[in-house]
Amino acid sequence: MTTVSRSLWGPGAVALSLALFLIVFLVIPVAKVIYVAFQDPNTGALTLINFVDFFNTSLFQESFFNSFYVASMSVVLASVFALPLAYFTTRFNFGGSILIQTLGVIPLIMPPFVGAVAMVLLFGQNGSINLLLDEYLGFTIPFMEGLNGVIFVESVHYFPFILINLSAALNNIDRSMEEAAQNLGASRGRLFRRIVFPLAMPGYVAGASLVFLKVFDDLGTPLLLNINNMLAPQAYLRISSIGINDPMGYVISVILVAFSLLALWTSFLALRGKDYATVQKGGGGLMKRDLAGWEKAGCYAVVILILLLVLSPHIALTLLSFGTVWSFSPLPDAYTAQHYVDVVSTSSTYITNTLLYAGLAAGIDVVFGTAIAYVVWRTGLPGRKLLDYMAMGAVAIPGVVLGIGYLRTFYQFDVPFIDKPLASWWVIIVIALAIRRLPYALRACVAALQQVSVMLEEAAENLGATKSRTVRRIVVPLMMGGIVAGFVTSFATAAVELSATIMLVSQESDAPLAYGIYEFMQSASGRGPGAALGIIAVLIIGIATYLSHRIINKKETERAPQQAAAPEEKVQGA
Amino acid sequence: MKRKDFLRAVSGALAVLAVSALPTFAADLEGKLVIVTSYPPDTTVTVKKAFEAAHPGVEVEMLKKKTTAGIKFLQETAANNKADMFWASAPDAFEVLKGDGLLAKYEVKVQGIPEKVGAFPINDPDGYYKGFAASGYGIMWNTRYLKAKKLPVPKTWAELADPVYFGHVGMSAPSRSGTTHLTVETILQGMGWEKGWALMKAMSGNFKTVTERSFGVPDGVNSGQFGLGIVIDFFGLSSQASGFPVDFLYPPITTLVPANIAIVKNAPHPKAAAAFIEFLLSPEGQAVLLDPKIRRLPVNPATYAKAPAGFPNPFKDPSLGSAVKFDLDLSKSRYNVVNSLFDVMVTYRLDDLQNAVKAIHDAKAKAKGKSNADADKLIAEAEALVAKMPITEAEAGKKEFNAIFKKKRKKADTKVTGRQAEVEQQWDEEVKANYAKAKELADKAASML
Repeated sequence: MTTVSRSLWGPGAVALSLALFLIVFLVIPVAKVIYVAFQDPNTGALTLINFVDFFNTSLFQESFFNSFYVASMSVVLASVFALPLAYFTTRFNFGGSILIQTLGVIPLIMPPFVGAVAMVLLFGQNGSINLLLDEYLGFTIPFMEGLNGVIFVESVHYFPFILINLSAALNNIDRSMEEAAQNLGASRGRLFRRIVFPLAMPGYVAGASLVFLKVFDDLGTPLLLNINNMLAPQAYLRISSIGINDPMGYVISVILVAFSLLALWTSFLALRGKDYATVQKGGGGLMKRDLAGWEKAGCYAVVILILLLVLSPHIALTLLSFGTVWSFSPLPDAYTAQHYVDVVSTSSTYITNTLLYAGLAAGIDVVFGTAIAYVVWRTGLPGRKLLDYMAMGAVAIPGVVLGIGYLRTFYQFDVPFIDKPLASWWVIIVIALAIRRLPYALRACVAALQQVSVMLEEAAENLGATKSRTVRRIVVPLMMGGIVAGFVTSFATAAVELSATIMLVSQESDAPLAYGIYEFMQSASGRGPGAALGIIAVLIIGIATYLSHRIINKKETERAPQQAAAPEEKVQGA
Repeated sequence: MKRKDFLRAVSGALAVLAVSALPTFAADLEGKLVIVTSYPPDTTVTVKKAFEAAHPGVEVEMLKKKTTAGIKFLQETAANNKADMFWASAPDAFEVLKGDGLLAKYEVKVQGIPEKVGAFPINDPDGYYKGFAASGYGIMWNTRYLKAKKLPVPKTWAELADPVYFGHVGMSAPSRSGTTHLTVETILQGMGWEKGWALMKAMSGNFKTVTERSFGVPDGVNSGQFGLGIVIDFFGLSSQASGFPVDFLYPPITTLVPANIAIVKNAPHPKAAAAFIEFLLSPEGQAVLLDPKIRRLPVNPATYAKAPAGFPNPFKDPSLGSAVKFDLDLSKSRYNVVNSLFDVMVTYRLDDLQNAVKAIHDAKAKAKGKSNADADKLIAEAEALVAKMPITEAEAGKKEFNAIFKKKRKKADTKVTGRQAEVEQQWDEEVKANYAKAKELADKAASML
């Protein structure tokens, strides 16, 4: 740590304004939601009656159980998709590993509700697969019936979280551990059970808890599949139909937050005490083994099956975007490019809005991420850890809750000069997206900062540079790779966000892509253009993701020698 | 410097004068118009384009809100109103706004619009909102689906309760969709509270799903996820016009209700708003409604001359929409209670209701051709249990009772006893027990046969 006494004013002021921003746009709105849940709807006095009502109402009990069940089952199913992909590609010499890893991440970059529309067409009761099964074999499979559908769509969408984290964990396992175990005569099965599995556990838990959290608070998918007996849709429906005066929506929100925090905490617990993951990163990664011919064939069959399954929403969406009419038949009746022409000519505002909002939000995120990272890791400011926790806490706040909180907090507040409530100004959407994605950017920035040696800063300051000049000329340029990666991660995920924006969009000209697709999907002639817009979204975000991979990979190769020198600074990516 | 400023000001003023002198109609209007609407882009974009072409210089902005959210929005922002018009289907919504004193009176200048469509007056008798199109409620179906599953085309609501349609029907929840609310009210008013609900629940037992958005129903029928849907007419007609293999009909118990538009009180752009109403009711504006993407029934009888063959014409076909005289006041008096009842009895209890109705279907199928008085009695009891209502019509219409469902804490003088969650909880318990008992009785009857 650098000298604490020297010029704490600059970082102190930065930290204070960051804290202020987080308090205004994260803590207060969420606290408002929580507060209303404890108010008596008739008198306004503090009470627990709303929670009593919640737990006494069988509908809410069911919703609670269903949300829990769906989130848990999605973790299980997502693991089934992710485990073989991660294991095969890290453990064996396998052609196309990189391609498989990349394709495996694509499901993440589609608004989940768009995936739901596409998957109903393929797997629904009268979707392509079931129509064919029924015609040729005389039976159907209820892939999409009730909660099954939500579980299926969610696990296809979010399994990359497990894939990414588990692959990283497997890659980080020290080869010497494995060698030592083998030298001591451990069998292959024992090696897996006692060495590989426990060492990979933190990565798996990190991914799994993220899946649980994301599924638990997802609104779009159950809404599109008409599953209303779950918590997030109940909160949304209560508030959107009864209005912001009904306490039950807020009670549900509190329960969502509480459970999200619980999931996060559980994963922290699971990760703690697993600190022995990597002591030294020498050769790095598990030993890769060659596969026998028949093993290889089997592995490829499994991998291809999984990839087909998880990419099915994209396949269906592409068909839908080029199809004229697709009704009760395995494939569309005919094909056309007209939908793309329509979308590009009429809906370019959605695209430009998305680029603007996601770009601004990601910009805010990396600036704040860098600042917070610097304050937390390079200064001795009192209470700096709190800033980190506050920013990371945003990961546990469901989008609906944040949206409701903003409506509650900022609807009465008129922006000067604009002369309309802050809650219906487009800037609020940017802020919501920035807050929601801050944790991702923050972790990337922290990781990047830790790669920058403190000695370089000390050298600059010894040569007479001021603190701000050091940050500008030394720290930020050296962090650039991580900052850009953080930017792209935030950008890509912000561009498909719906749950917070659907509450906050107040006029069509302000709406982003995900909202535009949702709107399009509300009319008979809008399905094709909506799908085309979805494909455009996937392409935009796909390009962004590809760029981030390029940058991260470049960074990885650049700092590889450095890493061996500073092995103790290993940070879990978000 | 000063001279330059002066010259600039003069030339600016001249330019303004020149522009305002050009088209006389545009000069009167403000440059902007803000419309709060529940309509999908197909409707709003098409009408906006046509209006902007007729009145260059006016930029129309459509604020998209679901009907319920739109009411909420206008109520919340009334003190600082920025919206000019409210444009939506359900007349109840306009009644609510009118009751809150949020609408402005307006006298239409366009000629040729009759007093009534079906049995319903087109315009608000008090002059606050105008009908621009008529909508009826009916059944749409996917022709491929019905053919593949060998299902007949139903002609009445009651037929939808027939066992052959089990698991094939979709409808939206009235609490989320103003138009569906009207459908439910129409059935309740057409058949009476008890009988209407009994039919509603018997039909609902055949539902495949209750959708969260009104468009979820035509979407499901279009893609063939289910075969039949209960929808507002233009959903069916516009889906058909978009090329989907679907068809639509009005059952006898339907009502034609005008879809409305109104100027908001203290509208910032009242002249542009007036021009929009006049345009919408003019021959050009009415013809826009026939656009394949919109497909609404115009209120100007002359416009039907331009309609495609087979397009329903309420002014020529007297059977359309005149069977039920829709009582708007009655509907308004129990709006929230009806929505909440439907949610408790159908939306959130669909599985239980389906199980009970399926058991009754099975028992009835078994009983066919056999005479077993005990079994028949059990089946009748089971049906009565499914139909049983937790509250009477009189209670549903009571003012104090309704207050529980729409209280606003801000008014200290509203005396409210009971909480919505509490009331719904009681209904839910009762309904759930009734469905379970009905299934038990029907199963018992089946085992006796």
